[in-house]
Amino acid sequence: MKKEKFLHRRRFLLASLLTVILFIAVWAFVVETGLVSTRYLPAPAQVLKTFVQKLSDPKPEGSTLGANILSSLKVASVGFLLAAVLGISLGLFMGWYPPVEKFVKPVFEIIRPIPPVAWIPITIMLFGIGFKAKVFIIFFGGFIPCVINAYTGIQLTSRTLIQVARTYGAGSWKIFWAVGVPSSVQMIFAGVRIALGVSWTTLVAAEMLAADSGLGYMILMGRQFARPDIIVLGMLIIGGIGALLSVVLMRIEQRMEHWRMKR
Amino acid sequence: MDERAVKLTLKNVSKTFYDRNGGIPAIQNVSFTVYDNEFLVILGPGLCGKTVLLNTVAGLEQPTSGQIFLDSRELHGTDPGIGMVFQKKALFPWKTVMQNVEFGPKMRGIPKDERRKTAQKFIDLVGLQNFENSFPHELSGGMKQRVGIARAYANDPELLILDEPFGALDAQTRYSMQEEIIRIWKSEKKTILFVTNNIEEALYLGDRIVLLSRQPATVKETYVIDLPRPRDMLSPEFLKLREKISANMDITV
Repeated sequence: MKKEKFLHRRRFLLASLLTVILFIAVWAFVVETGLVSTRYLPAPAQVLKTFVQKLSDPKPEGSTLGANILSSLKVASVGFLLAAVLGISLGLFMGWYPPVEKFVKPVFEIIRPIPPVAWIPITIMLFGIGFKAKVFIIFFGGFIPCVINAYTGIQLTSRTLIQVARTYGAGSWKIFWAVGVPSSVQMIFAGVRIALGVSWTTLVAAEMLAADSGLGYMILMGRQFARPDIIVLGMLIIGGIGALLSVVLMRIEQRMEHWRMKR
Repeated sequence: MDERAVKLTLKNVSKTFYDRNGGIPAIQNVSFTVYDNEFLVILGPGLCGKTVLLNTVAGLEQPTSGQIFLDSRELHGTDPGIGMVFQKKALFPWKTVMQNVEFGPKMRGIPKDERRKTAQKFIDLVGLQNFENSFPHELSGGMKQRVGIARAYANDPELLILDEPFGALDAQTRYSMQEEIIRIWKSEKKTILFVTNNIEEALYLGDRIVLLSRQPATVKETYVIDLPRPRDMLSPEFLKLREKISANMDITV
């Protein structure tokens, strides 16, 4: 049984690996045969070379690759954590206490459809192009899904379970913590996963318009310096880190398996 | 007429739900008493307002009129003296058996060691030792109801309400759970208010049966069942009573 599962996973891994190799092969073929000029699309080997070089060389845009990654991660994590903490709390309160819902929902419904990128111009005017500005934009990206999922999740709390808690003498606040919050964990987690994805993608948009370091900034500068290898390298790093983050989050979610409810 | 101590008294309890079209009476002028340590069964046809009646006693619903007394104390809202076992899906799915059973004492702020000991006692009583760390979705329907019963007992209520607790179980499990609840009731004496729509179940379990009418529920008749336990569902006395009650019971439309 266990061995079978292991073999199955290995086969799966092999298939994934094959797709990646095929992707790189097609890419190399297109460039090597001159179908696309290396002026617009660098060869895979060139990107690898730039990668190694960029590890220690801050040229052309001013920071090493490590510094750019660190800068982006810092901004994204601060924005994301703020969004998660504030968004989940607001969503839970909105879903649990009708007065809070009546008070907050109209404003929230107007803010909700505004895409995070649309916040960029006003953010630049308010905060300039520094750390605070980027955090602010990412915050709005992650905040919305956290609120919506926590709100929906806690509203789905089983009425019977609330009654059970009431018969044991639990007051509203205790029921909120002992029944409402655990009931919504699954939905909250789904929201956090969306928020993490949005934060990371919004980060790049924010950095491309308002920044002086980071991966998005590096890509933008790559275009200005006519260095397609820098652009592609930046894109690949962003994609890789994004995938890694989602894997980490999925692992954490798997650990909390029994929270997944059978309603 | 009876010298036994009275545990629960309902005096002319009515409950009406209001909507745009006016009031819908669910229960009307229900009065009865439950004696200390008695096993009282409330029998009524489906959808007659039995659950509303129980929720009113448990304090989950406010009566429109009438009074409810536990001993001599009038009840307003939920009360730690009253425990409830629900129909189904009432266990916390994210809590283990142990965590479910210790929920009541935990809400009352009992220290962990003490409440674990109490919970363990009742987990053993309902026969779920070695399942302390299982989650509800790993248990069968009968086992889940055992957890529900243990959870209610662990809070040490004076009155235990069971709302069609075996309604969702298959026939075989249902019979064994009926034996179980009698065994548990005998070893840990409590006053029990048990609701069912099943005549055999009512006759097998009850010291007395309060028969309710169709909605709005009113008390139609009270039967004293003095058959010796364990009861034989095929004995002539049992069948005679069954026929008598059956003839008097309303049919759900």
